Amino acid sequence: MIQILKMAFRDLGRNRRRSFFSALAVGAGLALLILMASVIEGEMGSAIESAIQLQSGHIQIRAKTYDENRSSLKWVDLVENPEQMASLISGLAEVKAATPRLYASGFLSSGTQSAGARITGIDPLSPASDPYREGLISGNYLNPDDRDAVLIGKPMADKLSLKVGDNVSLSLNTSDGNVQDQTFTVKGIYTTNTYGFDSTTVFLPLSKAQAITQTENHASTIFILLKDTAQTDAVVRALSISSGLVIKTWKDLNALFVDYEAMAQSYISIFYLIILAISASVIINTLIMSVYERTREIGILSAIGMRGNRIMMLFLAESSMLAVGGVIMGLLIGVLSTLYFNVNGFYIGNMGLSGMLITDTIYAKLTMDNLVNLTILTFVVTLLSGLYPAVMASRMQPIAALRAEK
Amino acid sequence: MEVVKIENVTRTYQIGKLETRALQGVDLSIASGEFTSLVGPSGSGKTTLLQMIGCLDQPTSGRVHVNGKDVTKLNRNQRADMRRENIGFIFQFFALIPTLSAYENVEMPLLLNGMGANERKERVMELLKAVDLLDRANNRPDQLSGGQQQRVAIARALAPKPALILADEPTANLDTTNGKQVMDIMEKLNKETGVTFVFATHDPRVISYARRVVTLQDGLIVKDS
Repeated sequence: MIQILKMAFRDLGRNRRRSFFSALAVGAGLALLILMASVIEGEMGSAIESAIQLQSGHIQIRAKTYDENRSSLKWVDLVENPEQMASLISGLAEVKAATPRLYASGFLSSGTQSAGARITGIDPLSPASDPYREGLISGNYLNPDDRDAVLIGKPMADKLSLKVGDNVSLSLNTSDGNVQDQTFTVKGIYTTNTYGFDSTTVFLPLSKAQAITQTENHASTIFILLKDTAQTDAVVRALSISSGLVIKTWKDLNALFVDYEAMAQSYISIFYLIILAISASVIINTLIMSVYERTREIGILSAIGMRGNRIMMLFLAESSMLAVGGVIMGLLIGVLSTLYFNVNGFYIGNMGLSGMLITDTIYAKLTMDNLVNLTILTFVVTLLSGLYPAVMASRMQPIAALRAEK
Repeated sequence: MEVVKIENVTRTYQIGKLETRALQGVDLSIASGEFTSLVGPSGSGKTTLLQMIGCLDQPTSGRVHVNGKDVTKLNRNQRADMRRENIGFIFQFFALIPTLSAYENVEMPLLLNGMGANERKERVMELLKAVDLLDRANNRPDQLSGGQQQRVAIARALAPKPALILADEPTANLDTTNGKQVMDIMEKLNKETGVTFVFATHDPRVISYARRVVTLQDGLIVKDS
């Protein structure tokens, strides 16, 4: 066996450049797989995290009749006495924050410009509102008792040419179906680096939002953030709610995203297959060339009594060595490039899919699962690629092989 | 004792619609220790006959016995085993593995036979000494002259102590001096070890070494002297 390995190693050394580039093809394939998997992992992780932190929370409690798409403000569609319920839920050990929120649809106008907006009444002091406070890029954050202050996202500020201190007219629906207009002052401009969210969401203190929409003591939802996403089901089981309410988890609230993730995984598998097929064809080509070039040698080995299976092992040893070399190069290139994009990220700008919150920069995230699985997959595919040329060599008739041109 | 016994062997090649009869019913018996030359013009069937004896090819009809075994009944792997254990080959084009040193080329059949490391080393050194190439043990074929390469091939053929060594035009690619050196070594080893040599050639200088000359023409033995 050692002699076979030695021969295989030297055979690869005969055409060093070809062997190097073949291994590099395997390496480049693996590196690409690692980088792709890490980017997807980073994107999925960041998108779901953004959706949870900014929009859906881990759990929401709503009235059964509440229709999110219509942002209904009728009292019957809202949660009554939300503060009391939120306070009770906050007492659970797994809960990071539970806070009432009120959503209303409306639009902002400034001069001749206007833009549709999702008005969100929040408790500015709740830890659940931290991402907005932390995302403040100019002006000041909201106080719970602000009466004419709004917080707007940077894309909306750009669109309406607004800056801190400017007045803006806000029109929004009320609980009785009328439209209420009021002038507010832009108190602060925030960014969560999530275009789809920042371009539409306008924050008001909850009490002001309730006052202007005439929904006193009601909220659209109890927004609950947990310390750990994995605790979602356990907390849902621990919650007891009245019959008119319903519990929604982040999976229900981000159904589009969950579906997209499943669909993306199947598309990604096709990309994986394409990349592996390219690497495999390079290896097959290299080894077939090698078999043809060494036909006479195969004849000699056969003549001195080497059985077909040992000739096959010789070629499989060569493909194993190419696989090992390729995997080492692939791991090196893949891990280093992933580390680079883990620190610096890919800037994608406003490429978020409609209905999904995707940050403007994707940070690659390499998991051990992906690393191990892709490495094994590449290694196995490379070995399998060597099988056909190896079988071809082992089946050569010695007399025909000996007759081959040198 | 007979090392080779050939009974009414024919070999027909089909090339497209054309049928070529390379051997047309050959009977031959070669005893242990012989130094026999197969001679004849190109296309007379010398190489085909060597390939039959060497289990590299199968006859269309007839029987070939090597070392008492009917090799026409063996499958592919059994024929490989037969070659490994009983037959050594020396080819016109030297036929060494270019990536292995002289030492490793000689060692290869012993490795295939599963010989232990110490015994193997001893045997390889003994053979390299016999062909006067001890100082070239670590050289690869491209660092050796044609004559030296053919001597390595002789050492390799002898390595597993075969009953029979088959040489196809062993001096055809060598100059007179190297050709003579190779034939001298083959003759010496035949005498010293008693191994049977059968070589195909049309070189009169090589034929002069043979103690028995079998002449072929058109796939038939026409003279045996």
